[in-house]
Amino acid sequence: MFNSAGKRNVLPGFGLTMGYTLLYVSLIVIIPLSAVFFKTASLSWEGFVEAVGSARVLASYRLTFGIALFAALLNSVFGLLSAWVLVRYRLPGKRIVDALVDLPFALPTAVAGITLATLYAPSGWLGRFLTPFGIKVAYTPLGILVAMTFIGLPFVVRTVQPVLEELETELEEAASCLGASRLQTFTRVIFPVLLPPLLTGFALAFARAVGEYGSIIFIAGNMPMVSEITPLLIITKLEQFDYAGATAIASVMLAASFLILFVVNILQWWSRRYSEK
Amino acid sequence: MSIQIQNITKRFNGFQALSNVDITVPSGELVALLGPSGSGKTTLLRIIAGLDFADQGSILFNGEEATHRSAKERQVGFVFQHYALFRHMNVFDNVAFGLQVKPRRARPSKAEIRDKVHELLQLVQLEQLARRYPAQLSGGQRQRVALARALAVEPQVLLLDEPFGALDAKVRQELRRWLRKLHDEIHVTSVFVTHDQEEALEVADRIVVMNEGRVEQTGTPEEVYDKPANPFVFNFLGNVNLFHGRVHEGAARIADIGIDLPRQGEADGTAVVAYVRPYDIEINRTRQGADEIEASVLHIQGAGSVARFKLERLDTREIIEAELTRERYRELGLRTGEKVFVKPRNVRVFTADYQI
Repeated sequence: MFNSAGKRNVLPGFGLTMGYTLLYVSLIVIIPLSAVFFKTASLSWEGFVEAVGSARVLASYRLTFGIALFAALLNSVFGLLSAWVLVRYRLPGKRIVDALVDLPFALPTAVAGITLATLYAPSGWLGRFLTPFGIKVAYTPLGILVAMTFIGLPFVVRTVQPVLEELETELEEAASCLGASRLQTFTRVIFPVLLPPLLTGFALAFARAVGEYGSIIFIAGNMPMVSEITPLLIITKLEQFDYAGATAIASVMLAASFLILFVVNILQWWSRRYSEK
Repeated sequence: MSIQIQNITKRFNGFQALSNVDITVPSGELVALLGPSGSGKTTLLRIIAGLDFADQGSILFNGEEATHRSAKERQVGFVFQHYALFRHMNVFDNVAFGLQVKPRRARPSKAEIRDKVHELLQLVQLEQLARRYPAQLSGGQRQRVALARALAVEPQVLLLDEPFGALDAKVRQELRRWLRKLHDEIHVTSVFVTHDQEEALEVADRIVVMNEGRVEQTGTPEEVYDKPANPFVFNFLGNVNLFHGRVHEGAARIADIGIDLPRQGEADGTAVVAYVRPYDIEINRTRQGADEIEASVLHIQGAGSVARFKLERLDTREIIEAELTRERYRELGLRTGEKVFVKPRNVRVFTADYQI
């Protein structure tokens, strides 16, 4: 098949696995996604611009991508911290904490949304302590941030944790013998090794936050121009049977997400350039 | 810089890693800590480096108290068995690391760092590979980078933990000769840990033989090899044959051979063990005298610089290993199964209460 030119490959099954991968990716990813673009193509250029460029839609892009980026950044910082604590220190109930990290994966997003909205409502368990300071979480963009941070938490922890576990303590000992301070050891020796998994975790958390719908609509308040996320707009269009308009917005989201993930991938490749053979 | 190790004791959760270790490393010497795994040699090296701390005892650098100094303050160069190179930095940056993390006022300029690193890379013969990453180097090259990195900060003491342990035999041999040469050039006080007696004998100025957290013997390679203080050292520094016997009329009797005891006044019947190196076993086809043991040839390995024999004593069925020169081997023309007469030379007797 692929090696019919007489070149022999040591790893068997290249043709079969490659074919299967292509088929799988086509069925699951490429065909459904290209349908989005085909449907979008039924719009005229003016119709497309109107559908994706109205003030309300533009505001939702800013909100969705802006807060998703911010949430992913937050998760990167605190996920790194959590992974560090889980790997480096012995603490009681560590296994329980470790298991809790995965919970946002398992919880139905609507449940998460309702729970968060209840907790952070002005009269909720947490919200009531914030109200005196004039901080409103539920039904504001801040609520979206809380929900996006919640659902993105496991990604950074789970990507950084195994790399941190494999980091030899000898590296830190070597650095300290060479006269590096604790801070220098972290910034020059440990962090560069953690950067690639951190970027992966960031990208995953970001992608998840951009696509999140279920938990956010319960806490966001969904006010046009203020706290309305793009996925909600798409649903609204669908409910009005404006399929072409919905797919038009979806295709813009797809393109933007792809671009951002692509940039993160390049960054990641750059941060791992040392491992090339 | 000289190092004094005084009365160091260290326990790990109930395991006695080191007990009352006293060693003095004179300035400029290359000293080997030699012992089997679990003998505490690596723990001792880490305590010297300040990567571990002793429960008791003190470490003095040039007569100055250094027991409580951190690794950072001790200014020692440490080379790890598995290199511990920074894999996200290329060779140049690895070597430059110790210079670049210096506080601003002590840090050399960029040009000075570059010159220094190139000088070191020249020393370890890796100048062409400055831009490579550790993943692109062989084991021997990585260890040389680790050495250059340790030397960059001009340490007062160089500590090496099984530096050649992870390398294959040929590279290992090359690298240890090279280390000896390097030491002759730069004369930095060095301590290296090894479990390979050949390596210690070949490279070191002085050998400290350790076992179960204690120092068994200290001395030059010739001293520890020719005059082992006890059976452990004898055994550890090369192959050895054991002959069990008893004291009889003030002399040790091994089979029919009488040997003088190291000290007088042992009671008759006391168990003794005689130690003989394989090359001190003489083999003859015919009986030459009374003090010989009869044996049969079990196995011959004739290839190599010496011929190795495995013999079986006819009386006790114990195995004797012997090494013959190639000439003697050819002269005898022995085959497996033949009967021979064995005569041990240079026998060292230890009474059996001194067990290994």
